[in-house]
Amino acid sequence: MSLMQKFLGATAALALTTGAALADPAIIFDLGGKFDKSFNEAAFNGAQRWADETGGSYAEFEISSDAQREQAIRRFAEAGNNPIVMAGFSWATPLEAVAQDYPDTKFAIIDMVVDQPNVRSIVFNEHEGSYLVGMMAAMASETGTVGFIGGMDIPLIRRFGCGYAQGVLAVNPDATVIANMTGTTPAAWNDPVKGSELTLAQISQGADVVYAAAGGTGVGVLQTAADQDILSIGVDSNQNYLHPGQVLTSMMKRVDNAVYDSFTAGMELEAGFNVMGVGNGGVGYALDDNNASLVSADMLAAVDAAAAQITSGELSVHDYMSDETCPAIDF
Amino acid sequence: MNILSLFDIAVLDGTIRLAVPLLLACLAGLFSERAGIFDIGLEGKMLAAAFLAGAFAAVSGSVWVGLLAAIAGSLVLSVVHGLASITFRGNQLISGVAINFFAAGITVVIAQSWFAQGGRTPQLSGGARFEPWVFPGALTKIREIAQANFPMRVYSELLSGHTTITYIAFLAVPLTWWILFRTRFGLRLRAVGENPAAVDTAGISVVRLRYSAVLICGILCGIAGAYLSTSLQAGFTKDMTAGRGYIALAALIFAKWRPWYALGATLLFGYLQALALRPDILEKAFGVRVQVQLLDALPYILTVVILAGFVGKAIPPRAGGEPYVKER
Repeated sequence: MSLMQKFLGATAALALTTGAALADPAIIFDLGGKFDKSFNEAAFNGAQRWADETGGSYAEFEISSDAQREQAIRRFAEAGNNPIVMAGFSWATPLEAVAQDYPDTKFAIIDMVVDQPNVRSIVFNEHEGSYLVGMMAAMASETGTVGFIGGMDIPLIRRFGCGYAQGVLAVNPDATVIANMTGTTPAAWNDPVKGSELTLAQISQGADVVYAAAGGTGVGVLQTAADQDILSIGVDSNQNYLHPGQVLTSMMKRVDNAVYDSFTAGMELEAGFNVMGVGNGGVGYALDDNNASLVSADMLAAVDAAAAQITSGELSVHDYMSDETCPAIDF
Repeated sequence: MNILSLFDIAVLDGTIRLAVPLLLACLAGLFSERAGIFDIGLEGKMLAAAFLAGAFAAVSGSVWVGLLAAIAGSLVLSVVHGLASITFRGNQLISGVAINFFAAGITVVIAQSWFAQGGRTPQLSGGARFEPWVFPGALTKIREIAQANFPMRVYSELLSGHTTITYIAFLAVPLTWWILFRTRFGLRLRAVGENPAAVDTAGISVVRLRYSAVLICGILCGIAGAYLSTSLQAGFTKDMTAGRGYIALAALIFAKWRPWYALGATLLFGYLQALALRPDILEKAFGVRVQVQLLDALPYILTVVILAGFVGKAIPPRAGGEPYVKER
């Protein structure tokens, strides 16, 4: 009996020490997958940048179905990974439950708020970044009609569309904004064929700039826009390189910075509510060699002025998620 | 109210593009099920074919190599389905579902290990993609077409500007009809789906007939998959079939297992999908806002209506789903 007790005690001690020793951070990606060229890929890039700069290592996991969420968080928490960062609003419900069971583990969630003492909630003001690219779209458009193609129809994506429409109308009050959503199920993030068809439909209604906030579906949108010689706007990551000279800009959501900062903070990760907006470089527009010829000096001046006004609080962009309505467009 | 606006040329053009993969997959299922082999695995075969077309076209730079690879890959899965359900007399539904799961997983894994672009294939351009056929004098850009007059729009958008596979798909309909209803092979193929024992008594190999049907199904699924990744899109992305194989199965029931009806059913389903992309046209036509989700669901609702026997009766091939055992 005493031998058994010793044995169990030793196992427990071993488990504890390995837990403490292995304090590598972990990142869990959402359904779009690590290489969606967009949101999840930005998160991956942030983690990779941290690993390259510090020489550290991190654990990672890509879920393939909703049922794996809670299991994935628990697995990393049990393994002693700290902090655990998860990318995507869908993690909120499982994290709410799991965070209480591991009070010594630090969690960070991107795109959603979880009110727990050991969780850092990072949300982005996508409406502000979308407002800026909306201004650029309106200035680049010759027809006065621009399009928005969302992925799954959820409030977060409507927030992108609402900010975009406000930016467009700020530059050209007579402009028409056509908004379409790809679908109402998670399959809407991975249907480039439907993305293409939506783009063609918007072009036949006169759109000559389309903004895709649709994950993998956006690949089809950008492709068709390039095939049809109109401009497109990418999202989350810098997607300008996908079709050089044909992507007007990308609405950058610095998910990579959020992950990088969380990993850098490590065990000292501060819990609480954290907003990344235009002011602190959380969102913005992308400018590089691939789109330099498309962006005029006037455009830059106007957009930078608006960004400064948003930062100073002089200009406030309506947030769809605050009251589920949008003054600029009907969904 | 302006019902005529429902038949906007742009919507009809979208109908064609969206109907082609459904049509090819539906005809594929038609051959297989007419011979008595149910095929739930259309989706998986299309997905595997879409991946192989994208991968081989990207590496070789020739879309035709991609198409051949797609057909070959789809044929391999067909043979697996044939082995399971004809030779080993297994459950045809289980074998089909297994093929779907296998294809969904393996395409992403192989794509990642070959190209390291996160389960997709490199972007295709030039000869690695099916270029649209542009008829003499036809316009190619939607923006120009939208401003042209009506005959020009029909000519440029509906007739011209499609890729080779689109024309192949539409030619496959009369060809399927001719094979099934005007040749000896077709008669035997249909008989083997109704009463394989009678075919066997006549001294004709049931196994061989069923294998040929399953192989034809594989070829058509291969073309359908290649259409998605090399004609509509410029490369493979994860799960890009997005349930089109299942809609094709619904269309097959809707078409009561007949080739010309299959054309009608897939065009109708394609039309509903194309219309769902244009809420503005729906609003113009009916005067009220129509939920696009309703249109997305309509193919399934219509199929249920048909199955419930409200509009005629859909009778599947009598020996469908049952492995043939020579002696009892």
